[in-house]
Amino acid sequence: MAILVQRSDVGEFRRRYRWLVLVVLVAFFACAVRLFVLQVLQGDLHDAEARKNIIGETRLATTRGVIRDAFGRVLAANRPSYNVHVVPQLVDMKTTWPRLVELMELTDADASALREKVSAIIERGGARAEQQTLLQMDVSRDVVAAIETYRSELPGVRVVPAPVRSYPYGTLGAHMIGYMREVDAETLAEHPEVDYRAGDRFGAVGVERRWESYLRGQRGFRRFIRKKTKRERIEDLEERYLGEDRQQDPAPGRDISLTLDIDLVRSAEKAMRGHLAGAVVVIDIRTGRVLAALSKPSFDPNIVSGGGGTAAVREAFTRYYSDPLKPTLDRTISAAYPPGSTYKPFSALSGLESGLIDPYQEVDCRGGLEYGKRYFRCTGVHKHVNLHEAIVQSCNTYFYDLGTRTNIDDLAQVGGRFGFGAKTGIGVNPEARGRMPTRAWYTRRYRGAFRGGFTLLAAIGQGATTVNVLQLALAYSALANGGTLYRPQIVRSIETSDGTVVQDFPPRVRRLVEIDPQRLGILTRGLAGVVTDRTGTAHAEWIEGVDLAGKTGTAQVSQVVHKGLEQTDIQYFNRDHAWFSGYAPSISPEIAVVVLVEHGGGGGKNAVPVAMQVVRDWQKLKAERLQKRAERIQKETD
Amino acid sequence: MAREKVSFRSGPQVDMTLLLVVVLITSIGLVNLYSATSAYVGASRHAALADVYVTQIYWIVIGFLVAMLLAAIDYRHLERVAPVLYVGGLLSLALLFVVGGEGIRGANRWLKLGSFSFQPSDTMKPLVALMIARHIQNDSRTDARGLLDLVVPFVISGIPMVAVMLQPDLGTSLIYLFTTISMVGILRIRGTSVLLGLALTFGGGWAMWLFGLKEYQRARITSFMNPRADADDTGWHALQSQTAIGNGGLTGEGFMQGTQNQFGFLPDQHSDFPFSVFAEEFGFVGCMVLLALYCFLSIWCIHIASQAKDRFGAALAIGCGSIIFWHAACNMGMSMGLLPVVGITLPLFSYGGSSVLTMMVCLGIMMSISMRR
Repeated sequence: MAILVQRSDVGEFRRRYRWLVLVVLVAFFACAVRLFVLQVLQGDLHDAEARKNIIGETRLATTRGVIRDAFGRVLAANRPSYNVHVVPQLVDMKTTWPRLVELMELTDADASALREKVSAIIERGGARAEQQTLLQMDVSRDVVAAIETYRSELPGVRVVPAPVRSYPYGTLGAHMIGYMREVDAETLAEHPEVDYRAGDRFGAVGVERRWESYLRGQRGFRRFIRKKTKRERIEDLEERYLGEDRQQDPAPGRDISLTLDIDLVRSAEKAMRGHLAGAVVVIDIRTGRVLAALSKPSFDPNIVSGGGGTAAVREAFTRYYSDPLKPTLDRTISAAYPPGSTYKPFSALSGLESGLIDPYQEVDCRGGLEYGKRYFRCTGVHKHVNLHEAIVQSCNTYFYDLGTRTNIDDLAQVGGRFGFGAKTGIGVNPEARGRMPTRAWYTRRYRGAFRGGFTLLAAIGQGATTVNVLQLALAYSALANGGTLYRPQIVRSIETSDGTVVQDFPPRVRRLVEIDPQRLGILTRGLAGVVTDRTGTAHAEWIEGVDLAGKTGTAQVSQVVHKGLEQTDIQYFNRDHAWFSGYAPSISPEIAVVVLVEHGGGGGKNAVPVAMQVVRDWQKLKAERLQKRAERIQKETD
Repeated sequence: MAREKVSFRSGPQVDMTLLLVVVLITSIGLVNLYSATSAYVGASRHAALADVYVTQIYWIVIGFLVAMLLAAIDYRHLERVAPVLYVGGLLSLALLFVVGGEGIRGANRWLKLGSFSFQPSDTMKPLVALMIARHIQNDSRTDARGLLDLVVPFVISGIPMVAVMLQPDLGTSLIYLFTTISMVGILRIRGTSVLLGLALTFGGGWAMWLFGLKEYQRARITSFMNPRADADDTGWHALQSQTAIGNGGLTGEGFMQGTQNQFGFLPDQHSDFPFSVFAEEFGFVGCMVLLALYCFLSIWCIHIASQAKDRFGAALAIGCGSIIFWHAACNMGMSMGLLPVVGITLPLFSYGGSSVLTMMVCLGIMMSISMRR
């Protein structure tokens, strides 16, 4: 055993073992501390994290509330639709794909584009290839049926139901009703309190937007244990980890009944045919409820709400936004226009109240009036006119004369009492407040160079005076009902999906405008005369049997050169706005009607026929409904 | 031959303490492996893994027989054959580059011999310790050494290190390095050399970072610094492991009840993260027991070294002990997020023939040294 002779000294190492022991102790002590932190101090945190790993959540979709008109007709509802998805990894591009393309009846261009998309995902691989990829939205029922039939031959192809909003009346009243838009990152960030997820749609404008929180409903969920294994024991774990709140049923959204009468909206739409752009508003003067609101040109909420796919939505918006007529603009509320002569009754009232007008005093109209260095033109030579005749014939000179004597602030003050220059408070869509110019406003605007001519223009509703269509309708309602200015109403009630009324909205009075009945009488007689009097500006277009009072207006547009437009378009955009604002019937009125034909030309010729037709249809509808009600009562009593 | 008589009279005593600790750790490890791989039962993709604990039992039995054989042989015989074994190990490593090896996740670490595949880099570990111990035995100066005197041990471990880095296997090469440092650490070294050595280590580390590491290895380390920044990819393993450990809490989820393990959120739970499985199921209390066992085993190895009667035995004991210690510390450290995730196995816990065999070889040598003090 000579080999094993010890020939070295181990004493050299002795002093170093304790250092090694120290290293070992420090290492394991560090581990122990770390374990204490992880398991004892942060135990709950990691516990929750581990739960999140194994517990999945399926969202249970809710149904959006239905929007109906005042007579229960559905204006916005949900239509079942189906999207085709594929899980790229499971799709065989050689066998499954051609079959799928055939079944989906895709065009060659679409098919090759989609093929490229799917192939690219397969090539890249990873988690993306295991997730569903959207192939086509809203496929036809035939395609759904075909895919379901050949399901076994189509591994990796999924048909997913995705209800879309549908608007049976299409463009009718689209601005008021609104449409749906897909949530973007911005909205998601802005409303963390709302359970929006990417891909959700929400109301973009109109009632859909304003009442989103009621319409949307509450999403539900179902929790489940993610099955990573096929062990039976996992089912026991389910009981252990899911506990009580395993499921929450979705709560459907509330239904909303509007004050609109879609028949009346359709009638307004018909009456506006032949005009490119404009707006019609019909209001119940006894409640302030909006019976009809039409803004032309309109858009199709069915397309922009995503039914036809994102490409169609994008295409539609590109079209709408490049249109110089701005179809998405709600001309009933969101735009302000010079009211022109339709404002004259309010100027007259101001004159009467300040004593500057004696209704029986005549003014000699010789086709205009010279004031300062300018000549203010009238629409014609009206000779000697008193107030009544001035309204009936829409004599500017009469009101210029008032303008020379009155104060612009007095005019604005009366306008303000009737709600001009302030938001109506309808709550739907952004409102243009319009403007009742005062001396102070002009001073600010023109650096102190106020001129008396401004007052003359303000007296005939020109110059800087602007109103929105709804404001005018409400102001005329106040004239018609003796001075009650209502807050306009578009939503009548909120109901549950089974029809129980949750919340009912009674009419709300905004202000009681004090008007001396005698003075009001002079004005209303004048407004009736506009239609009935042979010299009245609306008389030529009077339809037999239509009982209507009101005022025409032809509002000059500021001459602005629109760059980038054709010559004919420039001519169009410089044409006057045609107005008619009134109420019906002329005695004990029920509705107020305002018609604006944007760049329509003369009010009497262009706006009056529209108002006439709308009122005629309203009378017809009213008679029919009365008839039906009578029949029903008859039946019930029998 | 008086000494021989003495040893004969008292006889080589089996180190019962060492045996007991090893049996305990092995048993716990096997039970844990059963739980860790039970997640694969029924999963077709990993069907082969569902029964690995059976295979592991075979390996443990084989390993135990090897250990017994090594314990029976006087370790001093190993000094003679050390160069032969070392060169043999290097050749098997070199063979990987010749035959290409069998890639597992892009790493050529496995040598396949028929149906039997093993990792030469694993079995190389005790051979490096053996070779360095031989060098220390023959270099019996007692005065303090300078850096130049330490070149040989680092060359001994440096050759396989480079080979392993090329595979690439960062974890194993670090084990070579740490083992070498541990063994050199028992020598007397001049203070200035220690400082210089530290400077060289950091400088070398920096150079490694810049030139030696592959992109994914760098990613592993950076993601360790900030795991949540890259929670989807590299940092994911580390995060899920820590979640599993934390999920265990004080007393654990219970055997076979760890959800992170059972639902497959732990990557490579049978090889890289068996500690996380254990921690999730047995909690802080269980972990302390296991930690104590590894700690005791490591210190017991130092104790055996201190009792060895020659330099070769002492150095070899430190070498084999440090292999075990560094594996345990690094694996647990990476499981709990103290260290970046590099594939280092947990001794007697992780599944793997090469790993079990290597550990058993180390423990057999330990036993042999312990029995002949």
